[in-house]
Amino acid sequence: MLALIAYYQQRIKTSFIVQSQYRVALAIWMIGLVLEPVIYLVVWRTVAESSGGQVGGFTPGGFAAYYIVLMVVMHLTQIWHMWEMEYLIRDGTMSGRLLRPIHPIHQDVSENIAYKVLMLIVVVPATLFLVVVFQPEIQTSLWAVLLFLPAILLAAMLAFLVGWLVALAAFWTTRTLAINEFYFISMFFFAGQVAPLELLPDFIRRIADLLPFRWMLSFPVELFLGRLNPQAALEGFSAQVIWIGLAWLALRWVWTQGVRRYGAVGG
Amino acid sequence: MAVIQVDNLRKVYQVHQREAGLGAALKSLLVRKMDEVRAVDSLSFQVEVGEVVGFLGPNGAGKTTSLKMLAGLLHPSGGEAKVLGYTPERRERGFLSQITLVMGQRNQLVWDIPAIDSFELNRAVYRIPLSDYKRTLDELTHLLGLEPILNKPVRNLSLGERMKCEIAGALLHRPRVLFLDEPTIGLDVTAQKRIREFIAEYNRRHEAAVLLTSHYMADVEALCKRVIVIHHGKLLFDGDLSDLVAKFAPTKTISIHLEDDRADLSAYGEVISREEGQITLRVPRAETTRVTTRLLADMPVTDFTVQDPPIEDVIETVFAEPDATALKVN
Repeated sequence: MLALIAYYQQRIKTSFIVQSQYRVALAIWMIGLVLEPVIYLVVWRTVAESSGGQVGGFTPGGFAAYYIVLMVVMHLTQIWHMWEMEYLIRDGTMSGRLLRPIHPIHQDVSENIAYKVLMLIVVVPATLFLVVVFQPEIQTSLWAVLLFLPAILLAAMLAFLVGWLVALAAFWTTRTLAINEFYFISMFFFAGQVAPLELLPDFIRRIADLLPFRWMLSFPVELFLGRLNPQAALEGFSAQVIWIGLAWLALRWVWTQGVRRYGAVGG
Repeated sequence: MAVIQVDNLRKVYQVHQREAGLGAALKSLLVRKMDEVRAVDSLSFQVEVGEVVGFLGPNGAGKTTSLKMLAGLLHPSGGEAKVLGYTPERRERGFLSQITLVMGQRNQLVWDIPAIDSFELNRAVYRIPLSDYKRTLDELTHLLGLEPILNKPVRNLSLGERMKCEIAGALLHRPRVLFLDEPTIGLDVTAQKRIREFIAEYNRRHEAAVLLTSHYMADVEALCKRVIVIHHGKLLFDGDLSDLVAKFAPTKTISIHLEDDRADLSAYGEVISREEGQITLRVPRAETTRVTTRLLADMPVTDFTVQDPPIEDVIETVFAEPDATALKVN
């Protein structure tokens, strides 16, 4: 365990050094991260204002709160490794990782953590800026705010495991774009990105409850904004834990099968 | 004691076959014809502690596939391999901590940072105690002449400098078994020589077993007493390099120096060069003694040498045979 901590320290330090060299790329990623929720926020505010002040219980200030918190949670739960895995496998770079006596997932976990921490330098001021500009309204309770942090941690774990599982498709196909797109479209609808899940038709909400996506993004946001009663919060945490267990089991199995299939291309 | 034990090792790839053209492409959406390619076919050999073995064969012979199976990257389709008593494809920590595979130029180093930072990362990965790490790093720095390049970002290094850093990174944990796939490829003669000397020195100091592939015969001649030759995934020869030449080189070359370099020597053998009194003949290996005796008796020879052909030519002869497996001797 101590050895693993030492590895994480070293790897996160290295990731800081590497990532901070690409300031322009980081800036572009950040603009994307901020811009997406701002677009939805502006659209939904306009809809709310033109429909007599609110839509399904969301006021313009409510939408502002929803999308600003969503942006923060999106940053803290994001995973991009499915875009890299295809290259690592197709190009044979995965070989170098497989030769080391440590599971390759640890490298991605530490890079993921490093990026999220590094980018707080931009996410925090961006959030404050949006708060000043869009004047969010939040009516929540202390317990909900306190539980926000564990909900985010579990959401980030779940998102990472599911994302990595999706990434492993690259062991079977060298054209993972379609699979990745399917994953992100699912997030778009079922994780509360295009609209708060409360505003979607009943049957979509029921599907969303059965899939992992809500628990990866929307749930911590709903919790923070005080839109869940204690029972719904408990159900949410249970869903997160169950999905983490399932994803972990699936990941172990798929990883073993994938490595068995691995072609170790190239020199 | 054998550190590498290979018994009937096989690797079969399923390859999707398709004819050219749009029609075939559309058809392949529905029905796919798969072909089997036997990359490694019933390969058996063993390598002892401290041995340096050259692993030779033309492109596509199955050398790299074999090395990847032995390093645990590929799962064999059949047979068995044991390295240091471990089954490679299980990729246990104890196994991975004691081996290394150097291939190409991009295994050990993080592109954007100085090599020394990547080495630190390897220290954490391999759990190398600080004192051991410092000692090994000093040794590698000295042997490979890394001092001036350790603190430069890897992307700013030349090919040779990068390869030296790759090799250092691959050896920080002092592996007992080294799989080296073309470690000198693309390097200039000086860098090749340095890496060659280094491998010999590492082998001597640490009694590490080395299995090495190279297209540069100078590497093989300098490092490997024993060679394993494979072709189409099958073992063709396993033995001393000198025996390979004796068995597969059908000819020898005789160079003689004559006062009169216009003499007709075609009766003795095939004349392959004639330069300022120096004449080189190619003769069948079995005829060498007889031809030499006759030449010395018949001609006013002032100097002569008998040589095996260059190892490159021998290897070329071996692989040029239409059915190379017919030449199998072991």
